[in-house]
Amino acid sequence: MSKDFTRTLDQTGGLRPAARLVQIHLDPLMLLFLVTIIGYGLIVLYSAVNRDETYFTAQLVRMGLALAALIIAAQLNPAIYFRWTPVFYIAGVVLLALVLVMGVQAKGAQRWLELPGLPRFQPSEISKLAVPMMVAWYFHDRRLPPSFKDLAVAMLIILIPAGFIVVQPDLGTAILVAAAGFAVLLLAGLPWRWILYAGLALAAAAPGLWYTLKEYQKQRILTLFDPQSDPLGAGWNTIQATTAIGSGGVYGKGLFEGTQSQLNFLPESHTDFIIAVIGEELGLIGVAAFILLYLMVLGRGLYMASAAHQTYSRLLIGGLTLVFFVYVFVNISMVSGLLPVVGVPLPLVSYGGTSAITLMASFGIVMSLHTHKTW
Amino acid sequence: MNRWRHYTLVCAFMVMMVGLIGRVVYLSTSEHKFLQAQGDARSIRNEVIPSYRGVVYDRSGQALAVSTPVIAVWADPKTVTLDTDQTRNLALALGRSVPDVTKSLGQSNRFVYLKRGLTVEEGKRVGDLHLPGIYQQPEYRRYYPASETASHVVGVTSVDDVGLEGIELSFNTVLKGQRGEKVVLRDRLGNTIADLEYKQAPQIGRDLVLSLDLRLQFFAYRELKAAVQGHQAVSGSLVMVDVLTGEILALVNQPSYNPNENVSGGFKGMRNRAVTDTYEPGSTIKPFAVLAALESGKFNAQSTIDTSPGYFRVGNKLIGDPSNLGVVSLTQILQKSSQVGIAKIALELEEKSIYDVLVRAGIGEFIGTGLPGEAMGTLSDNGLRSPIMRATLAYGYGLTASPLHLAQAYLSLATDGVRVPLSILKQKSPPQGERVFDAGLVKEVVHMMESVTQGQGTAVKAQLSGYRIAGKTGTSRIVGTTGYDDQRHVAIFAGIAPASAPRIVMVVVVNEPKGERVGGGTVAAPVFARVAARALRLLGVDQDRDPGAA
Repeated sequence: MSKDFTRTLDQTGGLRPAARLVQIHLDPLMLLFLVTIIGYGLIVLYSAVNRDETYFTAQLVRMGLALAALIIAAQLNPAIYFRWTPVFYIAGVVLLALVLVMGVQAKGAQRWLELPGLPRFQPSEISKLAVPMMVAWYFHDRRLPPSFKDLAVAMLIILIPAGFIVVQPDLGTAILVAAAGFAVLLLAGLPWRWILYAGLALAAAAPGLWYTLKEYQKQRILTLFDPQSDPLGAGWNTIQATTAIGSGGVYGKGLFEGTQSQLNFLPESHTDFIIAVIGEELGLIGVAAFILLYLMVLGRGLYMASAAHQTYSRLLIGGLTLVFFVYVFVNISMVSGLLPVVGVPLPLVSYGGTSAITLMASFGIVMSLHTHKTW
Repeated sequence: MNRWRHYTLVCAFMVMMVGLIGRVVYLSTSEHKFLQAQGDARSIRNEVIPSYRGVVYDRSGQALAVSTPVIAVWADPKTVTLDTDQTRNLALALGRSVPDVTKSLGQSNRFVYLKRGLTVEEGKRVGDLHLPGIYQQPEYRRYYPASETASHVVGVTSVDDVGLEGIELSFNTVLKGQRGEKVVLRDRLGNTIADLEYKQAPQIGRDLVLSLDLRLQFFAYRELKAAVQGHQAVSGSLVMVDVLTGEILALVNQPSYNPNENVSGGFKGMRNRAVTDTYEPGSTIKPFAVLAALESGKFNAQSTIDTSPGYFRVGNKLIGDPSNLGVVSLTQILQKSSQVGIAKIALELEEKSIYDVLVRAGIGEFIGTGLPGEAMGTLSDNGLRSPIMRATLAYGYGLTASPLHLAQAYLSLATDGVRVPLSILKQKSPPQGERVFDAGLVKEVVHMMESVTQGQGTAVKAQLSGYRIAGKTGTSRIVGTTGYDDQRHVAIFAGIAPASAPRIVMVVVVNEPKGERVGGGTVAAPVFARVAARALRLLGVDQDRDPGAA
C-alpha cells in the first residue's frame, strides 16, 4: 500500500521530496497535517499570551523538540518497539508507583517526579504511550476477537497505571490513559454486547461513583448542567469560554481583537481553553478549520491502521490515533460546555506541558510502523 | 478487524464530531448576539468625563474660584478580596487607617468611595498597587484663593462639584458646564485599556467675572473685622457700590468662613448677612423723609422747625431728642438726627408721601443682584392713617431693610435721583437707570447730608481728608422678646463719597456692638472713612478742591 502511494507521488514529479520523506520513515501527509496544526496553533497562542515573546519562544522551542521526538521515534525499527514494550510498560508503572512515594507536590496534587540527572517530568506521560503499546503487544499473537480471559488481563494492564494516576490525583490524565488502552481493546475486537454491558454497569454504578468523587469534581459536573449556579466560582471558566466562542460569531473579531481573551476575562486562555480564543478571534471558521485538520489526522491514522500488516501495528496505530482524537474531543467539549472541566489540553496547540512531545513521539511510532513494510 | 467494526467506529467519530461542530455552530450563530452582548457587558463600560467648572474672577481678573483635577478612589466591595498586606498598602496610599478601610470595604453596596480629592500623584500611588475592585475616577475640586474674604459672595461647592452657596449656587448652571460621556474598554481588574468612542464631549463651564474688586474686598474685610472685634459685636456687614454702574465693588460680612475647608457640616459664619438679614434702618431713612418734604413743596432748604422742648407727644407715644435743639433747619435735623424735627415734618405731609419715596428708592422690593437668599425686607402702607406710624416711619422704624437695600436706596441719592439696578457681575456698559426723584431736590438733600460729617454732626468720624462725604448715621434698637431692647443696637452708617461728584456708596452695619458708645457715628462711621479713603484712592477719584465747604 505504501509503495503504491509513493509511486503515485513520484508520477506527479513535483512531489519528489515527499518520496524522500518516506525513505526516512516519515509519512508526508500526516506530517503535513501535524505541522499545519502546530503552525496554526502557534499563531493563535501568540495572541492568547497577549503577544508575550517569552511564552511564544518557549512554545516554539517545545514544538521543535516535539518534532525532533517524532523524527527520532520514526527512525527506530518497529521490532525494537515490539521487543521493549513490556519493559517500557513495567518501567512506567514503577515510576508511577515512585510518584506516590517520592513525587513532588504542586497545586494540591502529587504528579511530578524529580530523579537525579533528569529534568522534572510526569511519569503519567509515559503511560499514555506505554498502556496502548502494552495492550497491542498482549494481543499480537492471540486469537481475535479476544476471549474473556484475555480481556480480563488487558483490563488489568490498563487499570493498574490508571489507578496509580487517579490517586495522584489526576482524573483527567487517568481517563486519557484508560481511553488509550480501551481504544486498542475496541480495535482488537471487543464484542459489542460487552460494550453494552459495560455501559449499563457504568450507568448503574453512577450513583455510587458519585460519592467517590471529590467535592470539586462534583461541582464541575453540576456546573456543566447549570453554569449560572455559581457564575463566579466553578461556572466561571465555562461561562467565559462559551461567551468567548459565541461572541466571535462566524468570522470572529480578528486576531488580537478578542475582548474576553485579551482582557483576562477568559481563564487559562493560553492553555486548556485556547480553543475559546480561536472561537472569539477567528470565529466559527477558525474553529472549523482546526477541527477539520484534526479530522484529517484521524482519517489518515485510521487508513494507516487498516493498511498495517501485523496485529501489533494495526492495533497500536489505530489506538494512538483514536487517543489523539479523544484529546481533541474532550478538550473542545469541555471548553464549549458539553463535558465537565477536566484538565485536558488541546493537542499540539495549548501552551506548555510535555503532552505535545509525547503526542509527536506517538506519531513517530505510528510512522515507523507504517513505513516498515513487514509491519 | 472486520469491515463493519471499522465503519461503525468511523461513524461513531463522525457523530461525535458533528455534535461538537454543532455545539460550536450553535454558540457562534444562534447564541451569537446574546453572547456578544455578554462579552461586551464584561468589558465595555460607559465612563463619565467630568466637565471643568468655570472660573470665577473679580473685576480685574483675579481668580476667586478655580477647579483643579483630583482623583476619587472607589471600590466595589463585592469584587474586592484583599489580603492583610494589600489592605495595609491601600490604607497607607489613601491616608486612612486600616480598620477604617476594612469597614468601608465590608459594606454591602457595590459602590463605596474610599477617598476623594486625592492629588494626581496620590492617585497614581493607589493605582500602582493594582488591586482588583479598586477604581479611580477623575474629578475636580474647587479652590478659593480669596478664602474667607469673598466667601459670602463666591460661595462654595459640594464635593460633587455642585454649588451650595453664593455665586456657585445661583450661577451653578452657567458655571458647571455639561459633563461628557465616553465608552471604554476595561479588563477584568477594571483598568481602562482603550477609549472606544466619545458619546458626548464635555462642555467646559462658562467663566464668570464678578463686579467685586478684590483689593477693596480685602481691605473692607479687614476693617470690618477689626471693628466687629473691637466693639465685641455679634456681626457686621459692609456693602460698597460703584455709583457709575451699580456694580457691587465690595461685599463683606463678619463672621465669615473659609470655603477651602470641608463645609459639609455647615458653618454658622456662612450667612451672607448683607443680603439675607434685615434690620430696622432707623435714622438712615431720614434723608428720604426730608426728600419727601421737599417734594411736597411745603418745605424748602430754608424751612425751620421748632423742636423745643426736645420731646413731642404723638397719640400716646412720646418722641424725644437727647437734648432740646430749639428751632432748627432741615439740614440741622439731619446733622443732629432730630427725631422730633423729622416727626413734625412727617405729620405735615400727605399720608403716603414718605412711603412713596421709600418705594421709589427700592425699599421693600426684591433687588435681584443674583446673590442667593436676598431678603425682601418689609415696607407696608397699612396703618399709615395713624400719625404715630407716619412719624416713626420718618425716622426708620416700622420697616425693615437689608444693608443691600440701604445701598440701593442711597445709590439713587448718589445718582441725583436715578435708580440704577445693583449687580454682582461686572457690567460691560453702565446699565440704563430709571429716574425716580427730581435731580435738583436730591442734590439739595445730599448737600444737607454733608453736614452730618462736619462740625457738630453725628458722624464726624466719617470724614476723610481731601473729600467731602455725605451720609447719615443710624442707631436703631433691636426688638427683643419684650419689645425694643435698650441694650441691643444696630449701628449703621450709609454714605456717599465724594459728595461733590459721587463715585461710591457704602453701607456699614455693625450689629450689637458692646460698650459705652454704640451709635452709628462712633462704630460704623470710622469703618466707612477708612475703607472709603482707600477706595477713592484706588479708583483714582479726584480730590475736592474745597473739602471744607459745608
